[in-house]
Amino acid sequence: MSELHKLTLLQAFTGLRNKEFTSRELTEACFSQIKKFDDQVKSFITLNEKEAYEQADAADEKLKNGDSASPLLGIPVAIKDIFCTKDLKTTSASKILENYIPPFDATTVEKLREAGAVFLGKTNLDEFAMGGSTENSGFFPTHNPWDLQRVPGGSSGGSAAALAADMCFYSLGTDTGGSIREPASFCGISGLKVSYGRVSRYGVMAMTSSLDTIGPFGKTVEDIAVILKYMAGQDPKDSTTPDVVVDDYSAEIMKDIRGLKIGLPKEYFVEGMDEGVRDRVLEAAKKFEEMGAEVIDISLPHTDLAVAAYYVICPSEVSSNMARFDGIKYGLSKRDGKDLLDIYLDSRAQGFGAEVKRRIMIGTYALSAGYYDAYYNKAMQVRTLVRQDFEEAYKQVDVILTPVAPAPAYKLGEKIGDPLKMYLEDVFTIPASLAGLCGLTVPAGFTESLPVGIQLLGKRFDEKTILRAGHQFQLVTDYHKQKPQL
Amino acid sequence: MKLSHKEVEHIATLARLRLTEEEKEKYSGQLSGILDYVETLSAVDTTDVEPTSQVTGLTNIARADQVIESGISEELVACAPKSADGYVVVPKIFENK
Repeated sequence: MSELHKLTLLQAFTGLRNKEFTSRELTEACFSQIKKFDDQVKSFITLNEKEAYEQADAADEKLKNGDSASPLLGIPVAIKDIFCTKDLKTTSASKILENYIPPFDATTVEKLREAGAVFLGKTNLDEFAMGGSTENSGFFPTHNPWDLQRVPGGSSGGSAAALAADMCFYSLGTDTGGSIREPASFCGISGLKVSYGRVSRYGVMAMTSSLDTIGPFGKTVEDIAVILKYMAGQDPKDSTTPDVVVDDYSAEIMKDIRGLKIGLPKEYFVEGMDEGVRDRVLEAAKKFEEMGAEVIDISLPHTDLAVAAYYVICPSEVSSNMARFDGIKYGLSKRDGKDLLDIYLDSRAQGFGAEVKRRIMIGTYALSAGYYDAYYNKAMQVRTLVRQDFEEAYKQVDVILTPVAPAPAYKLGEKIGDPLKMYLEDVFTIPASLAGLCGLTVPAGFTESLPVGIQLLGKRFDEKTILRAGHQFQLVTDYHKQKPQL
Repeated sequence: MKLSHKEVEHIATLARLRLTEEEKEKYSGQLSGILDYVETLSAVDTTDVEPTSQVTGLTNIARADQVIESGISEELVACAPKSADGYVVVPKIFENK
């Protein structure tokens, strides 16, 4: 068993139960892979070796006694550095939190801890999840394992790259406007954005509170079904989580997709998009048809307005959420000035990076007296139009199939100087975010040797159907089994 | 629309950000570009369209009014750059007369 790091979560689970290897060996395999390649990929901000081995040994003890039923027991996971982890540095890739050690766990982290997971460390991101390339990290950019000259996508780029490079068995990310789906596509792995409210966000640093969601990356959709079961559900500490039944995802995905109605929205096949991307999506549609699904042409007419609405709503909520970083309660505090105002101004000037400052200022402007109706209220009305498009479409279809991004992973530095160009990368992921839908990225092939994913969008709280379509697709394709050459 | 340095400065002050001269220059261009783009929304007819501020459909989520000990109040206060006796220390903002 020299290639343990290549196993999927479910394979690792089976091997642990059959005593083919131990959790300590799985953990060693991950750290060995990290030590070999992470100086090139740069996916981790903080490694958690000491605690990870303690967790692994505790898991091995339990496995020996046969006293835990959790499939996550003893399996190593990488966590985006925006989830608070008790006694483990949590930075959000921001200099303002460079030395912040939270005294508590995010609810999802607590759930994984109780399930016996092994925490390998904390992964890189665009500062406070603002960005789509992980270049906005306050520390260093992450590189795409498929081509180190290229971005892994973002904002959850560290978690996606670490998984693609077999440095962990699954990882956690957050998705506000595409931050799980886009990096999953760029890195050739599967990733799930849950419906708004499906998974508790308690202890995950807020960016755009009316849109933020969290979710897992997996080597397979089958793995994601297992993980989601442990993350989903109502949390008294997060009042945006409704009491909606959590499905038995691992059972649901086994059902075939005969008769499933899949919509193909014409607005997502635009001029200027990469031909390889378009072809992979259309080939996937054909594959779904062969599997017995019915593919139907649909229209989501307000698609082209979604990005503009998002870049009012997101910065507005950002400007409010970032107000908590004041140099008083926690984080960086610059106290060389003459008064309280200087503490605010200096701490924030030195702690925040360029993109965070940009969004704070756009939001401050959009919410300032006299502009609220023209910007924020207008954007919320357009959000309604986008949401209604989907509601109409779902009267006709069960799932919507689209590309994830207009093109595959681009080169580091290519778009960083032009924020607007960067924002337009999110054109296919943002509309579903505004509507609070769930979305799954599944690898669907390559264009010029770079991975391309498809996006499957489901109704709110209907994760089971997109997971089912994704898993059934992976039963008849092997794109998800392809690995980068590091 | 082009934001002037003065406008950028005003926004930055509202947002409690101190900007360098280079930043003011850079942001006045970039922010103007972004605002021009989101300006496209003004062409959309939204008469009688209700705004969507959230999608949960939930309202007024309240729990029983009971004290629940976090058990970590000392640790939370200790996260502050300055703390003493279980309190966060802040600079004086009133002058003695």
